[in-house]
Amino acid sequence: MNGVPSSTFFSASPDWGWLITLYFFFGGLAGGSYFLASLIDLFGRPEDRPLSHLGYYIPFPCITISGLLLTVDLGRPERFWHMLIESNTYRPMFKYWSPMSIGSWAVMIFGIFAFVSFLGALADAERIPWSAWRKVHPPSLLGRCIAVMGGIFGFYVAGYTGVLLAVTNRPIWSDTPLLGMLFIVSAASTSAALMILLAQKSRWTMPGILDLHRMDAWVIALEFIVLIALMISLGPVFRAWLNAWGLLLLFGVIVVGMLVPLALSWRTQWLGDWNMKTTAVLVLLGGFLLRLVIVFSAQGV
Amino acid sequence: MPEPMGFYTDTTVCIGCKACEVACKEWNQLPSTNGGVNTLSGDSYDNTRKLDGIHWRHVKFIEQFTESRKDGRWLLMSDVCKHCVHAACLEVCPTGAITRTEFDTVVIQSDACNGCRDCISACPFGVIDINPASGVAQKCTLCYDRLQVGMEPACSKACPTDSIQFGTIRELRETANQRVAKLHETGEKRAYLYGADEKMLGGLNSFYLLVDKPEVYGLPPDPKMPSRNLASSSWFSVLGAVLVGLMGMINFRNRGAVRSEEETQP
Repeated sequence: MNGVPSSTFFSASPDWGWLITLYFFFGGLAGGSYFLASLIDLFGRPEDRPLSHLGYYIPFPCITISGLLLTVDLGRPERFWHMLIESNTYRPMFKYWSPMSIGSWAVMIFGIFAFVSFLGALADAERIPWSAWRKVHPPSLLGRCIAVMGGIFGFYVAGYTGVLLAVTNRPIWSDTPLLGMLFIVSAASTSAALMILLAQKSRWTMPGILDLHRMDAWVIALEFIVLIALMISLGPVFRAWLNAWGLLLLFGVIVVGMLVPLALSWRTQWLGDWNMKTTAVLVLLGGFLLRLVIVFSAQGV
Repeated sequence: MPEPMGFYTDTTVCIGCKACEVACKEWNQLPSTNGGVNTLSGDSYDNTRKLDGIHWRHVKFIEQFTESRKDGRWLLMSDVCKHCVHAACLEVCPTGAITRTEFDTVVIQSDACNGCRDCISACPFGVIDINPASGVAQKCTLCYDRLQVGMEPACSKACPTDSIQFGTIRELRETANQRVAKLHETGEKRAYLYGADEKMLGGLNSFYLLVDKPEVYGLPPDPKMPSRNLASSSWFSVLGAVLVGLMGMINFRNRGAVRSEEETQP
């Protein structure tokens, strides 16, 4: 193909930069934290409830930041509502085959779930005096329904961004079907890391933290496998990573963000009290660098 | 309902005069690059560089010369939006700003676009870009305003060699096939049509006669729709969510069970 490994190399870059990278990171944290909080609520122990509360405190500010980042990134931010309402007819704008269209609705709907659960968790933890809001928090039936629905929307928000990149014609992004899966798994690992970090900062000692830490190690291992599979699936397009971005992916994402945390999870005595905190920080750093490499490397081609 | 309309560009008769670029800029009132303070690209006579939000026509200059420059040829091609029958930009546009007109052409409604740039990454030909003056995505409209009053697009009207021809797709295909046959007769066996049939994105309503491989002209040999990845990517994402969910359930539920067993032991 005249030295070009794929027809995707003839498309143009959309110039999605730092704002979109940050959105992918915060959106992943929002969706992943909600999903983990609902998992802890539905399958964890009663003494782990403060951990699930923590999981519900993260999504609302993160999804609010995400919405702002997405709006500011538009060429015409005052027209952000065109994503949801057709500007000529004022009818709902929804294209189920366009990930950005469904994603816009998902971000809005998940934002409502995040807000409701945020207040529910605050009420359940008796941090606000509105006891009526406890009804929207598990273990009530309504609370469980909200947790399940919010968890599904949360994971959708965490993963649709990868599908969105795949449904383009840019090199790397559209040369693999695994970006959505990678973003979902990475959202889970970074969210677990953030929850562990915040719980450690509050000096909590509930057993759920150890469960979360162990689960995070499993998820990081899965993330590593998915990333390797993604690299293989790129085929000849992989050569687009034979540059500085590839080095950042190798050392920043794979070594620092995955292999070192896995080693620290395996050898818990290495850093003593700092083991869990260090692991969490490295996973968060790796998750951010992953999105940075994915977003920027495909645009420089 | 009018017949599908479009362009047939015969690159073998393009002389690189850029009249099409100028006519397009004038008619559509597109701003100049960098306020008119453009620098030379150093790439042959091509200082337009690429199609973007303020360049809806782009004449490409491809020099194919030997090292001594004693032998060789120019390939000249006026590039433009392909107005694909299956248009990638229209498919992904989340605001409905990109529409198909009654002439089967593809137009971005500037008052509806919010500059999300999804269409830029979706177009397999790299045609669309943001117009910095308006902040929205823009590209060739195939002079929709001129078509509505029965006029010919500005670029083809200005083309002095008929390299760019405008008409119904049916007539243009007939003309193009006759031209290819004639070139083959005269010994130019490399001539072929790019995008003239339905195999490429349902057909390009702006198609080309080329005499070298598409990639030599900066055209993708096998352009595809972005939605080809939608199902597979979605299912893999669901698989990822299920696996993470299972990992969570096993870790939290299992430990809970172990703990209850410990509590019940005397």
